[in-house]
Amino acid sequence: MKRDGKIKLAHGSGGALMHELVSELIVARLSNPVLDSLDDSAELPDVAGHALDGGRLAFTTDSYVVQPLFFPGGDIGKLAVAGTVNDLAMKGARPAYLTLGLVVEEGLALADLERVLDSVAVTAKDAAVSVVAGDTKVVERGGIGGLIVNTAGIGFIPDGTAVSGGSAAAGDAIIISGTIGDHETAILVAREELRLDEVIESDCACLNGLVEVVLDACDDVHVMRDPTRGGLGTTLNEIASRSNVGITIDERAIPVDRKVRAVCEILGFDPIYMANEGKAIVVAPARAAGAIVEAMRAHPLGREAAVIGEVGGRTGVYLRTLVGGIRPIVMLEGVQLPRIC
Amino acid sequence: MSTLIESAAFRSEPEARALVARIHALATEPVSLMEVCGTHTVAISRFGLRSLMPDGLKLLSGPGCPVCVTPLAEIDRSIAAARMPDVILTTFGDMMRVPGSESSLEREKADGADVRILYGPLEALEIAAANPDREIVFVGVGFETTSPTIAATVAEAKQRGTPNLSVLPFFKTVPAALDLLASIPTRALDGFICPGHVSTIIGSKAYEPVARERNMPCVVVGFEPLDILAGIVMLLEQVEAVRRGTARASVEVQYRRAVTREGNEAAQRLLADVFEPCDAEWREIGTIAGSGYEFSERYRSFDARERLAIEIPETAAVSGCICGEIMLGLKLPTDCSLFAGRCTPRDPVGPCMVSTEGACAAFYKYDRQVS
Repeated sequence: MKRDGKIKLAHGSGGALMHELVSELIVARLSNPVLDSLDDSAELPDVAGHALDGGRLAFTTDSYVVQPLFFPGGDIGKLAVAGTVNDLAMKGARPAYLTLGLVVEEGLALADLERVLDSVAVTAKDAAVSVVAGDTKVVERGGIGGLIVNTAGIGFIPDGTAVSGGSAAAGDAIIISGTIGDHETAILVAREELRLDEVIESDCACLNGLVEVVLDACDDVHVMRDPTRGGLGTTLNEIASRSNVGITIDERAIPVDRKVRAVCEILGFDPIYMANEGKAIVVAPARAAGAIVEAMRAHPLGREAAVIGEVGGRTGVYLRTLVGGIRPIVMLEGVQLPRIC
Repeated sequence: MSTLIESAAFRSEPEARALVARIHALATEPVSLMEVCGTHTVAISRFGLRSLMPDGLKLLSGPGCPVCVTPLAEIDRSIAAARMPDVILTTFGDMMRVPGSESSLEREKADGADVRILYGPLEALEIAAANPDREIVFVGVGFETTSPTIAATVAEAKQRGTPNLSVLPFFKTVPAALDLLASIPTRALDGFICPGHVSTIIGSKAYEPVARERNMPCVVVGFEPLDILAGIVMLLEQVEAVRRGTARASVEVQYRRAVTREGNEAAQRLLADVFEPCDAEWREIGTIAGSGYEFSERYRSFDARERLAIEIPETAAVSGCICGEIMLGLKLPTDCSLFAGRCTPRDPVGPCMVSTEGACAAFYKYDRQVS
């Protein structure tokens, strides 16, 4: 990493630049066994030496910035609860408590803040989590887009559940819980006011219910991840690299909404790299894949669940294309940019 | 956008397999085909088409990425404009990361310059109306696909009397470049996969001189995988006939659902009104006569170079990279000693690595581990 440079927006895109920032600047200074696992949430074996009965704690935090604050399918409040709930759920934890930090920009309409807080309340109730602490700051006008929300969350991982980003093994199946790219495409359309006849909704949702269904269907789930920033392509690369395995996915099997596909084609974006906020990647032994997909499809958030690939072969992530070609899926370098023609 | 076109019909695997089998049957001798359109570059890589080709068939990427052929001095000029205090610089997204001599638009934005990515040039008119005390400069990069929309924007600005919108005219046109490629004495090219989008504007007739005078097979091809495979079959059939001497090269159109011989005459009139042909420098290739646009007399006041008197220092050529030879079809990205080592999309040395549609970037992203 060039030390004389400045932070660019691309450093926050979830791609290779951001990984470098996290590992070289942050983890390098704060390294410890819990942090170093770099899963969606930290797994705490004990708290100040006190072990928990029958399980471990999962602990995570995330800050939410989104423009516009309200978008089809959700808003920053729903996103802030769902995102943290999902980070906990992806470790197989049952989310329990959240904190809520608000950084409010001078001038934000009170009615908008109320709408966001109503949304936080409804989403938390639906996910059966309680907001137990919080903080509010108001900053001068300029540059934060009205509101930034931070949530931290604690959940309980029962004994016997051991899900981690580094546990994918040859012979596993890769399962996705539904269509990819919905959230980022919805945000893009809303932000750029692209005039479409049809509405594209964000998939923003709490996945803890769906995760319970998955864990009930299979007691040997190896990996769960929610492909947020950087999308399916980036998250699969993280899984492949941390598990030191190869992954091949089949383009025909990957569910993509017709409208999302059309918008991405026009702008030159690849849905594989578009963020999701209500989708889970599940990696489990192939023999369990049928039962997992069936269980997911019976849940409202998993109706389009599908097996999209398998673990094995040479290291890296590969795509069997629609017409039978093979190409690698690499980590994005920075943000995807709309192209000229 | 009222209708969403279903693309499944152009992506059927059984049909693709049949076309691939035909390609293998036809390509019995070494043959090199070149596309000259960034969208083709990306589509070929994205659908993994190279992995389906027979050994002797090379798919080359010509100077079809507008960002890649934009000279360093013009990048520097855009950056210099962005640094001016009263300027809002507007651009298509792909220009953001392109390194100039010492900076990029992305870096200028991080440093506080007002640089905005547009999805279409008409948005610049709204920005101009909303910011009457600032100058809105649009970076006019692109081929005949994008230049009509910019011409339309400028014509609209003239009609409205918008005083604060100007354009950096860095446009390129395709036919003169194809003629140059076809005229290289040591050319290793057997046929052109002609650009689909550009041809909807200029019509397939634009390639007739190069087919006729250089005996170079040309097929205008669409962007779906089946389009590209079918276009390759048509080209191979023509190449074989030309090699056997049973036919002269001609222009065929595979992409019939969008391209006619005459093209979009309304767009052509608009281009002829707003612009006039000029000699243009293509990065790493050199100046090609009649291969660019500058503003016509009536629209000359929209030229940001004159309106803002942008000064830039002398630029030095990037050394050590073979982008020029790659774009001329003489080398592949993997032939370059800098490829994927010193030169990567994050830290590009040559122009073909800086844009997502550049040959080197597409190779890096999609073909690197396979080839």
